[in-house]
Amino acid sequence: MADVTFTVDGKKLTAPAGTLLIDACRKAGIEIPAFCYYPGLSLQAACRMCVVRLEKVPKLQTACTTPVAEGMVVTTESDEIKQSRKAILELLLGNHPLDCPVCDAGGECELQDMTFKYGAAESKYVEIKQHREEQQWSPVVFFDRPRCILCYRCVRVCGEGMDVWALGVQNRGVSSVISPNGEDHLDCEECGMCIDICPVGALTSGTYRYKTRPWEMNHVATVCTHCGDGCKTTLGVRSVDDGSEIIRGDNRDKSGMNGDFLCIKGRYAFDFTTREDRITKPLVRQPNGQLAEVSWEQALEHAGMKLREIRDTRGGSAIGVIGSTRTTNEEAYLLQKFARTVLNTNNIDHHRTADYASFAAALQGKAGRTASLRDFLTAPAILLLGNDATEQHPALAWNIRSNVRQNRARLYVANHADIKLHRQAKSFLQIPQDGYAALVQYLAGNEAGFDGTEISAAFREALRKEESLVIAFGSEFRGRDIQSLVDFGLGLPNVKFAALGDYANSRGAADMGLMPDLLPGYVPLAAAKHFGEEYPSLPSAPGLDMLQMFDAAEAGNLGALYVVGSNPVERYGIDPTALKNTFLIVQDMFMTETAAVADVIFPAANLYEKSGTVTNTYGDLQLAKKAADKAGVRTDFELIVRLADKMGADPKKLVPFGRGVRADMGQTRGAQSGEADRHAVWLAANNLEPKLSPFDPFAVFDEIQRLVPSYNVSRFELLGGQDKQTRSDLVQIELDPARRDLVLPANDTLFTSGTLGRYSRMLHSVMESRTTKPAETAAD
Amino acid sequence: MSTPATTIFSPALAARFDKLVTLYPVRRSALVPMLLYSQDEVGYISDAVVEEIAVRIGITPLDVRNVLSYYSMLRTKPVGKYNVQVCTNISCMLKDGYGILDHCKQRLGIGHKEVTPDGLFSLEEVECIGACCWAPAVQINYDFYDDLTPEKMDKVLEDYRAGRGKETL
Repeated sequence: MADVTFTVDGKKLTAPAGTLLIDACRKAGIEIPAFCYYPGLSLQAACRMCVVRLEKVPKLQTACTTPVAEGMVVTTESDEIKQSRKAILELLLGNHPLDCPVCDAGGECELQDMTFKYGAAESKYVEIKQHREEQQWSPVVFFDRPRCILCYRCVRVCGEGMDVWALGVQNRGVSSVISPNGEDHLDCEECGMCIDICPVGALTSGTYRYKTRPWEMNHVATVCTHCGDGCKTTLGVRSVDDGSEIIRGDNRDKSGMNGDFLCIKGRYAFDFTTREDRITKPLVRQPNGQLAEVSWEQALEHAGMKLREIRDTRGGSAIGVIGSTRTTNEEAYLLQKFARTVLNTNNIDHHRTADYASFAAALQGKAGRTASLRDFLTAPAILLLGNDATEQHPALAWNIRSNVRQNRARLYVANHADIKLHRQAKSFLQIPQDGYAALVQYLAGNEAGFDGTEISAAFREALRKEESLVIAFGSEFRGRDIQSLVDFGLGLPNVKFAALGDYANSRGAADMGLMPDLLPGYVPLAAAKHFGEEYPSLPSAPGLDMLQMFDAAEAGNLGALYVVGSNPVERYGIDPTALKNTFLIVQDMFMTETAAVADVIFPAANLYEKSGTVTNTYGDLQLAKKAADKAGVRTDFELIVRLADKMGADPKKLVPFGRGVRADMGQTRGAQSGEADRHAVWLAANNLEPKLSPFDPFAVFDEIQRLVPSYNVSRFELLGGQDKQTRSDLVQIELDPARRDLVLPANDTLFTSGTLGRYSRMLHSVMESRTTKPAETAAD
Repeated sequence: MSTPATTIFSPALAARFDKLVTLYPVRRSALVPMLLYSQDEVGYISDAVVEEIAVRIGITPLDVRNVLSYYSMLRTKPVGKYNVQVCTNISCMLKDGYGILDHCKQRLGIGHKEVTPDGLFSLEEVECIGACCWAPAVQINYDFYDDLTPEKMDKVLEDYRAGRGKETL
């Protein structure tokens, strides 16, 4: 829309016509206070805090509902306005308990800030405050009624934002109260958005309440470890006896692709980090068959010696390696490099949840065709094929819903189930579970094999008229189906694609070559190109995939198996006795089904306890920062390097540290040297990194960027916390048509997260609360 | 957003609702009239009424309750056969509406929003019923009795008890 010019507090401002005055002012650095106004949600004008004086208008007006107009003259601060806001605060504080010293929100409460600013310290009210007992609405949501200021933010974010509509306002006037849909409990997706968005401490979180004061925490912006969406999360951490514990997860600074959204897993399911049954000491199986705690030195020595012995006597082909979908790119890369150059084997695989290799093959040479998670927030049209994003990709579903609501994006959904996103869809097509390939053929104009109806014809017609489209497809698509989908899509103008896989770094694991036939960047083993020189001892024999490795183990042909952050025994239903003749090394946090039969167990750190990069399923590369710490555990990165060292390999060949660039530990910057984040930024800007340690993941990231062209993104922006789209078009790959994709979808729901999710008490209690009657809450 | 297969309402009311939801630009505009008509037929807004109205309009039961709880004339518990609503707003108050209310309480042996054990009467103190000219006034179900004194009130209650009252809903 055309720009209009108006005056605010004597300053001439310009903004597009139709912009809300409050937004226009905020953009110009003029802060107008508001409780009920929240960007992206519908307007409420309930709190009256944002009142301003408009010239020629008799009464004060709410800036949150006034669009800017040409020639408008606005005053945002004056004695009159101050008096009005003060009076509002006085009313709000009329029944607000002044329990700020124990309130979770104390210190980051908007009501507190406003009272501080406008100083409603005295009140004309002498009435006794009406106390109401706090209610527990779910394992994670508590409601303290008297603290509520009725801004309706929670009601709107739950309804409009989440499309759950679990909160409402009942009664009238002074007895108005926020109510959950189950009368005394919530029946919802437990995302916690209502708690997050609450300007005061009325809604509090089961994991965080009464645990700390906001200023006692350190805040670390990192990436969620659960699904493949790669949500940015800010973890609030605090020192404890054995390290540093996470007590809160949110994204209030809206820094990532997910805005302020987090689902239940991102917001609460970090409690596995502090479980008391977490393994914190290396375990080695003794001759009597029992696992015993030993020193790190003994465990590493034992494992290294055995691996070396098996490699030297039976050859690398007798060793298998299984990687993780939740370790960093650097760890995944390092693991395959360790397997291929130290263990001399290509027997390496991971739990694949999407066929990224076929996707890369289909898109090679096609620049700008991969969709970032961000694209779903702005694309004018979206086609979702398969997958139930609400359950499996909550941030994707959030972005799609926001896009449909705010930009009227057109959503097309084809699924075998009537998924929840049907409600946002302009057009929905229900197809048979095995009908996805036929659907793509049908959309491309090939009618055979698909029962076309009027609905499907209209669906196809509307789709073909779209001038710009983003296509997301689930793991229903593999191999050749992906190729034909991409072929179909490229026939339309401006199409971008996204393959939906399940875990935090599933994409990274595939990109980094945790596969028997593909090297990092999907370089085929058969035509190893520059890897031939980089990895001098690269074995040429093709490796075994996950299933073949277990077959080999059963046949007695697998001498050793090295499992990093994975639970294949449970996931693939392996009979543990199949591994009785295999020397099994497991790196994990917990005694999983796989760890239980291991010969050596190394206690490992999780993604919240390490630094590095991760790639979400859309190919967005992000920086993960170390937030928590647990005494006794080590990162997978360190463990791989130490193991290589114990096998007699040169760590310097594995991790290129201390070469090429000068190091700088801050000594050149004097007073600023203590600030780690600025240090990192400064180093990046000066093309320097302090790679003095063989455990520095960025030394490996250097190598990744050098050898995998699609990962050669701006390091400066990455270190600044931005997500950078990797370049799939730079992948050069010809896949063997007979290649097995071996995709095993995880089928996680909102409340599960593979083996990891089983160790989150919060996820468990939420699932239990949904099957049992909720506990008695205070009668009101 | 549909007509349910089975309904708890009479065929006539169900048909009326089928039409009602089509009369407005958005279906939820029919919510308040539906609540009032249901209350007339069922006697109060039961959980079943909430559920069915939600289905008919295509909103959540919570949405229905949000509106339902806003209006004091919508009730979620059964009342007596004759619901005695005594006005105590300004005009009636000046003409001793509270006297009438106290008298009723004493005569019927029940308080505000209570029901007699035989289920015949219930009593409610209400806001203005628009009969200020003839204060103090009482509304029993949909019928008005005005210019009341305790004696006249006794007569009205006696008539209802003896089955001589007006039998409108």
